[in-house]
Amino acid sequence: MGKLIRSAIVMLLLMTVITGVAYPLAVTGLAQVLFPSQANGSLIVKDGRPIGSSLMGQSFDDPRYFWGRPSATTPQPNNGTSSTGSNLGPTNPALTDAAKQRIDALHAADPGNAAPIPVDLVTASGSGLDPDISLAAADYQAARVARARGLSTSQVKAMVTMATTGRQFGVLGEPRVNVLKLNLALDGR
Amino acid sequence: MTPFDIFQVVLFLGVLLALVKPVGAYMALAFADTTNGVNRVGGKVERVLYRLAGVRADEQMSWRRYAIAMLVFNLLGVFAVYALQRLQQWLPLNPQHFGALTPDLAMNTAISFASNTNWQAYGGESTMSYLTQMLGLAVQNFLSAATGIAVLLAVIRGFTRRSADSVGNFWVDMTRCTLYVLVPFSLVIALLLSSQGVVQNFKNYVDVPLVQNTTAVETVKDAAGNTVKDAQGKDVTRSSTVTTQTLPMGPAASQIAIKQLGTNGGGFFNANSAHPFENPTPFSNFIEMLAIFLIPAGLCYTFGSMVGDRRQGWAILATMLLIFVPLAFGAIAAEQAGNPALHGLAVDQQASALQAGGNMEGKETRFGIAASGLFATVTTAASCGAVNAMHDSLTPLGGLVPMWLMQLGEVIFGGVGSGLYGMLAFAVVAVFIAGLMVGRTPEYLGKKIEAHEMKMASLAVLVPCALVVICTAIAVMTPAGVAGIANPGAHGFSEVLYAVTSAANNNGSAFGGLSANTPFWNVLLAVCMWLSRFLLAVAMLAMAGSLAAKRHVPPSAGTLPTHTPLFVTLLACVVIVVGALTFLPALALGPIAEFLMSVR
Repeated sequence: MGKLIRSAIVMLLLMTVITGVAYPLAVTGLAQVLFPSQANGSLIVKDGRPIGSSLMGQSFDDPRYFWGRPSATTPQPNNGTSSTGSNLGPTNPALTDAAKQRIDALHAADPGNAAPIPVDLVTASGSGLDPDISLAAADYQAARVARARGLSTSQVKAMVTMATTGRQFGVLGEPRVNVLKLNLALDGR
Repeated sequence: MTPFDIFQVVLFLGVLLALVKPVGAYMALAFADTTNGVNRVGGKVERVLYRLAGVRADEQMSWRRYAIAMLVFNLLGVFAVYALQRLQQWLPLNPQHFGALTPDLAMNTAISFASNTNWQAYGGESTMSYLTQMLGLAVQNFLSAATGIAVLLAVIRGFTRRSADSVGNFWVDMTRCTLYVLVPFSLVIALLLSSQGVVQNFKNYVDVPLVQNTTAVETVKDAAGNTVKDAQGKDVTRSSTVTTQTLPMGPAASQIAIKQLGTNGGGFFNANSAHPFENPTPFSNFIEMLAIFLIPAGLCYTFGSMVGDRRQGWAILATMLLIFVPLAFGAIAAEQAGNPALHGLAVDQQASALQAGGNMEGKETRFGIAASGLFATVTTAASCGAVNAMHDSLTPLGGLVPMWLMQLGEVIFGGVGSGLYGMLAFAVVAVFIAGLMVGRTPEYLGKKIEAHEMKMASLAVLVPCALVVICTAIAVMTPAGVAGIANPGAHGFSEVLYAVTSAANNNGSAFGGLSANTPFWNVLLAVCMWLSRFLLAVAMLAMAGSLAAKRHVPPSAGTLPTHTPLFVTLLACVVIVVGALTFLPALALGPIAEFLMSVR
């Protein structure tokens, strides 16, 4: 039994060196060489400084900006150090209340818009950091943003198209609009 | 369901099935004792490892010795992970200066990772140092997966060996699995994930300025840590302006690759594979889903190859698919139908060319409904437990599917190794039932199934069932158990049922609203995870030992062939009947009650 335990301890140490040290270092080395931008957080860099990550949603509630997915992180929305969804069940009244508040906020920012609101604008994302909205959600907001910025709707829609990604390889996932990239473009950055 | 929903599922299954034979055949070579292309290269490394550890590679272990080596090795893993979590504040690679975890949380996490469960009562990016993640958690991701496959190999040898007193060598099986399968596969997957945007570095977290400032609202707490209430009894809050966003970093891709491949499921970040740095694109999502099923599906072929009749492996795989495919489409359809609670509001849940529609609460836009619903069924059919959408916010029927898939005993693909040996236990039960019908001694793969094998197979089938039912009852009758519930009504019961189901079947996913980081939950679920994992493994090794000692029985006219559609149907029925009979009452109180109330 003593010999078995010694073998087990040495095996655990050896396996830790292989899978816990050599393997992650090898992946880090290769990833840093092959995919340096992706491996370091897909940062958007302006004048040598990171001004955001194209994968990380930020929070917007100004009518001049496109709004992203509602975020359930605390204490502030889109908190990068505390990812989480709302974990509200489908029949929980708190879920319906939250949706109503978001609908009211969207209506208050755009009183004349009577179109039904795309569901992704009134439901919290899974990570609380979703960088994207659906094409429908961008369409819904385009006129409001154009009005608030004194632009034509077609100008804004052209910028939406620039920030749009289709299904990957034409089949995977969903077409979507990157909210941070779009808003940075609107600000001329 | 939209055509794209259906096509994404078909594409996933197509790619998976195309990979079964090459991956399965490769693994058969990797585990073989005879010299071949795989171990000719790695054999030298193997021998160095064995010499350092004082292991005799040619030693053939009895099932008892095999089981003891497996238990000692895994227990040491628990101690190592526990120590790392308790000492991380003094160790390097802790750029965010995270403190030690509480003893109960560290114990729960250590057992969780050693048992291939990866239940997480913590959030990675706010709790664990880089060192704890890579040296503790990721290592256990490898070793618990290798352990599962090693036990499976011993069980297969029980069928293939004749009048033998041994089932193989645990150290050799574990080492070969790690060196030849898990590490190289993970390396490829990690690089694919990294190319899509999964972070892989050792940098400090990065602060970026926000385009528009936002407001943080925190509840005010007194010196004792209790929330302060105002005159109306509402929590007093304090608001502050936030001008930056902190982006988490770390060696994530390397850990996420093995987390998927080893059906572990423990996220590097709290939101797991919903997190944009853990699963950034639909393609990374496809890779992650494929990685979950790759080894469990490939092992079916390896099994057929090792027992000398590939049809046996295909029959098992067909049984798994027979149950999996309808449930996957069922979950996607339930989610695509949307949430009836929002029907009266000015909300558009209809799928169109411009949006996925459906129940988007807890889901990411890039995945929409199909890629989220499929991930939820894949991760719970296999005992992975990674999530790319918050299961607590699934519709009642969409949430029932993952819960029931776990309750079927994690044998529909299941954990790497453990899923297949669990399914072999069901196969033994199935041939026994068939034998009862025709009045013959049952046989499986040329071995007579007698009282001892039936006892062990019954243990393997019934231990997780019993743990789920008993521990759910304990939790809902205990104030400390009920205290963690977040959602009201039937859904609150579902949270408890899901948590215990997940732990007692070594899955690890959660209805995340449940506040499980309390001494009660940490201890209860740790007990479930440990018993389920190792009672089952030891029972299956005991069965392997007794099977290996038996003579081979050549098939006769009265032998039930176990590669036919008839047997596939019988096996699927046995799995479903056990799962349905055991859990229908509990499910009726949870998701079924919630469904009936939501459509009323």
